[in-house]
Amino acid sequence: MSPILLIARRELRGYLRTMTGWIIAASVLVIDGLLFNAFAMEGSRRSTEVLTRFFYFASGPAMVAAIFLAMRLFAEERQLGTLPLLYASPVRDRDIVLGKFLGALAFLSGLTLATAYMPLLILVHGHISVGHLLAGYLGLLLLGAASLGLGTLGSSLARSQVIAAIVGAALLVSMLVAWLLASVTEPPFSALFAAIALHNAHFPPFQSGQVHLRDVAYYLLVTWVALFATTRVLEARRWR
Amino acid sequence: MIQVEQLSKYYGARAAIRNLSFRIEAGEVVGFLGLNGAGKTTTLRILGCVLLPTSGTVRLDGQDLLTAPRQLKARIGFLPETPPLYEDMTVGEYLAFVAGLRAVEPGRIRGRVTETEERTGLAALDDERISTLSHGYRQRVGVAQALVHAPDVLLLDEPANGLDPVQNVEMRALIRSLRGDHTVLVSSHILPEIAQTCDRLLVVRDGELVAQGSEAELEERLGLGSGVELEVGGPVEAVAAALRALPGVRAVTVQPVAGGRSVLRVDAPDALRPALAQVALAAGAQLFRLDVSADRLESLFLKLAGRGLSA
Repeated sequence: MSPILLIARRELRGYLRTMTGWIIAASVLVIDGLLFNAFAMEGSRRSTEVLTRFFYFASGPAMVAAIFLAMRLFAEERQLGTLPLLYASPVRDRDIVLGKFLGALAFLSGLTLATAYMPLLILVHGHISVGHLLAGYLGLLLLGAASLGLGTLGSSLARSQVIAAIVGAALLVSMLVAWLLASVTEPPFSALFAAIALHNAHFPPFQSGQVHLRDVAYYLLVTWVALFATTRVLEARRWR
Repeated sequence: MIQVEQLSKYYGARAAIRNLSFRIEAGEVVGFLGLNGAGKTTTLRILGCVLLPTSGTVRLDGQDLLTAPRQLKARIGFLPETPPLYEDMTVGEYLAFVAGLRAVEPGRIRGRVTETEERTGLAALDDERISTLSHGYRQRVGVAQALVHAPDVLLLDEPANGLDPVQNVEMRALIRSLRGDHTVLVSSHILPEIAQTCDRLLVVRDGELVAQGSEAELEERLGLGSGVELEVGGPVEAVAAALRALPGVRAVTVQPVAGGRSVLRVDAPDALRPALAQVALAAGAQLFRLDVSADRLESLFLKLAGRGLSA
């Protein structure tokens, strides 16, 4: 088994064997269910509109869950003193980062897909397309991956999990509110801030059932940049 | 086999180690001795590829460890000062995980784990969660993870840290058993502990190598090698007089201890130890113990760590 898969499997087991993973999963499912009942289903709406609102409301808990899942990835290793085990192994730093990220992404994906009973209820009782369903979940997974990437970077910068969550959340919120900056700045900065906004510019098409290559590329790019920066942080730590 | 040349590591303006150079031959068990903060951990972390040096080279069989680390890392086993353990895993799972990371072929992993567990006394704990283990067993798992991929070189940073006397003896026996199969560099700040385990000592002080050699060589260079203790019963004064009469003996002091015995501290060269035993027995002593004076090891350590020598 490749070191990436080995590390990913260990991370996934770590979530499944500790209370943290289950608490995050339970919290997200409860919040998603409440939001679905309270807001997505309120009033009399068309099925497609209900599904669109479901994905909109599910995106928030997905981002928060990503930050909480990522906070342990490196900060916990530093707290427990287990990072030297990985550093001393014949594994590249980028493989360590990728393995940890994929383990967390697998858990987040499982958690996200566990919400599928809600859209499936809409599918059974209403008229929605499977394409809309798949596009929405693709969007949630891409948004979750990008948030997880930012959380992973935060975790690599911090010594404690609490600080890691704060740094990760700060990075995430900075990218979320970029659209606000777009409204108060002049071109070309306004266009730049609008383009890098994590949710506002790139998630709505997915929640409406549309998949644009530029949105997919954007989320993949954010994820890659965050993981690349994390790798650089790990490399820099070898000097200190 | 391991050649360290002019190795330095600075944290800002402070030097953790300075121009460290030494060589360790294949199969040797070498002790790395120094007070806390002397630079032992920094050196071992560099040799274990966890940390990069500011300058200098480390070669393993002629290959530079710093420019080709991935290939060489698989030949090194490293136990950091705090054993790197994942508490949610069982001992068997953890060792299998580490073996996989260290590029052991998948088909050989189970066999290597079993073999390592037997060697480190962990065979009965294969299914035990690491979080439930005592400190001594955690330390053993730490050694096991360093051994599981059968490395050529083993770096152990304070492996006896926090162990009770029984565990300490077991750890020393384990390290001694590695001689020949592995090249071992083991750090400690306790001389008696390391002296019993190692073929040779490297002594660091304030980040610099101040002495190297066997315990006897270091004692000789420091003008020590003159403290022997005999714990005896019977006619103590007669025994002391007989020992004083032996050529080469400079002084004998008598200190009564419990059980009607006395400890005779003899200021004499090491080579006289057999003769001291013979003379004491001939004078009617019941000989309970004859060994190097604890004071002697202590003064050796203090001289090495406290004053410094040229390497």
